[in-house]
Amino acid sequence: MAETMIRCKKCGQETADAQLLKNGRICPCCGNYFRMSARERIALVTDHGTFREHDGELKSRNILRFPEYDEKLEKAVETTGENDAVITGYAKIGGVPTALFAMDSNFMMASMGTVVGEKITRLFEYAAENRLPVVGFICSGGARMQEGVLSLMQMAKVSAAVRWHSDAGLFYLPVLTDPTTGGVTASYAMEGDIIAAEPGALIGFAGQRVIEQTTGEKLPKGFQSAEFQLEHGFVDLLLERRSSGTVIGRLLTANTAAERRGMYERV
Amino acid sequence: MNAYEKVALARASDRLMGNWYIGQIIDDFTELHGDRRYSDDGAIVGGIGFLDGMPVTCITMNRGGSIEDRIKRNFGCPSPEGYRKALRLMKQAEKFRRPVICFVGSPGAYCGIGAEERGQGQAIAENLWEMCALKTPVISVVVGEGGSGGALALSVADKILMFENAVYSVISPEGCASILYKDSAKAPEAAEALRLTAADLYRMKVADAIIPETYRTSEETARILKKRLVSELTALKKVSVPRLLASRYEKFRAIGAM
Repeated sequence: MAETMIRCKKCGQETADAQLLKNGRICPCCGNYFRMSARERIALVTDHGTFREHDGELKSRNILRFPEYDEKLEKAVETTGENDAVITGYAKIGGVPTALFAMDSNFMMASMGTVVGEKITRLFEYAAENRLPVVGFICSGGARMQEGVLSLMQMAKVSAAVRWHSDAGLFYLPVLTDPTTGGVTASYAMEGDIIAAEPGALIGFAGQRVIEQTTGEKLPKGFQSAEFQLEHGFVDLLLERRSSGTVIGRLLTANTAAERRGMYERV
Repeated sequence: MNAYEKVALARASDRLMGNWYIGQIIDDFTELHGDRRYSDDGAIVGGIGFLDGMPVTCITMNRGGSIEDRIKRNFGCPSPEGYRKALRLMKQAEKFRRPVICFVGSPGAYCGIGAEERGQGQAIAENLWEMCALKTPVISVVVGEGGSGGALALSVADKILMFENAVYSVISPEGCASILYKDSAKAPEAAEALRLTAADLYRMKVADAIIPETYRTSEETARILKKRLVSELTALKKVSVPRLLASRYEKFRAIGAM
């Protein structure tokens, strides 16, 4: 069987899918980061064999009977093999027990509907109850239009759960990957104790085409890149993919030390 | 009236908005300016006044009146500094234990280069984060168009009241139509699909009450609103802070819960 070849958008080099996956979806030619599926991301950063999935059975329904939504959902489930755009669960990273979520841009551009909101909310509640930190690999086109205002309200619902978890003295590390936009940027992507971003990722609130249409201005080079967000003070650090597991493990260790010593009262 | 006709009413340039209602129902309103970080955003107006003798903090989106005023207020589309001003005033209300009333009505958060450079997403996120845990009653009144995240940043509240002809949506019908049908002229169909009317939001348990607009004059509508705000706030002020926060959590937790 012929190998699937994938072309790098940056340098044009074609690489076999299997080789690319082995290389952490980094272009062997120019070092450009390709998008990763949620499962690939989890496999990359978690300690081997420690991941336990939560709420994998939750599936979106077409609550508003929105046109063409059933077909879109069906197609997304078929192409990704996932039930929705986020995978949540428990794992160890660098030996530290962690609650973890990873969003998947292959599933309707990781838009946030009620299932995404519910799974992430449940994860933060689980983490608060079990005194665990949360690491979230984020990407999203924003709130899922097909679920109307119910999607929008997930921003508030998840934010409340993140706040609850934070008030319990626990650590949350969002890692912003390509692309992180819209309602997700305007909620749990920006609510971390430490906010990391992958080099080159698009991170912003408004879409670039919308900004150009609204203002009639040409966007500056590198606008809304991870580097732009770092420069403007909205992310703490750029996270190289190859060493990401090690760096995350280190941050988790530093931010759960007090918890291990039992310095916080049980809430 | 179909959904898109409601959208047109909610947006109408002569529609009376939060600033007018504040003038009608709040006594001795004193406007307070600035976010203490960057500037004073005219798209958001906030201050202190008295509702039936009760001190309250009021925050409203303001689209402006005359052409010059509209331009100055960026047509009611707040920048990050507007949300940060709103948050500053909400934290002040929390400190002095007075309730907060927010009025929503604008196309949404401003989409511009400067807004992105100053962290539009972060500003909205911080408001959500703080409003979830604000230790004083918060009521949000959707008067006109509730546009997406920019509206949500003023409506993480204990009670959401919606005017009968107000709308609240995740995306504008035009934006939705251009994505869905590749044709923004199909906005009326998109408006229907989005379920954005006050009746829809009440049915979905996002809005807690609808303020009728069937009265002969806007002054009468304002009196009805005032009566409702007084009774809601009187009830909310009797609730202990932990219970207030727990039920606010539950209100949003229940939306789309499985």
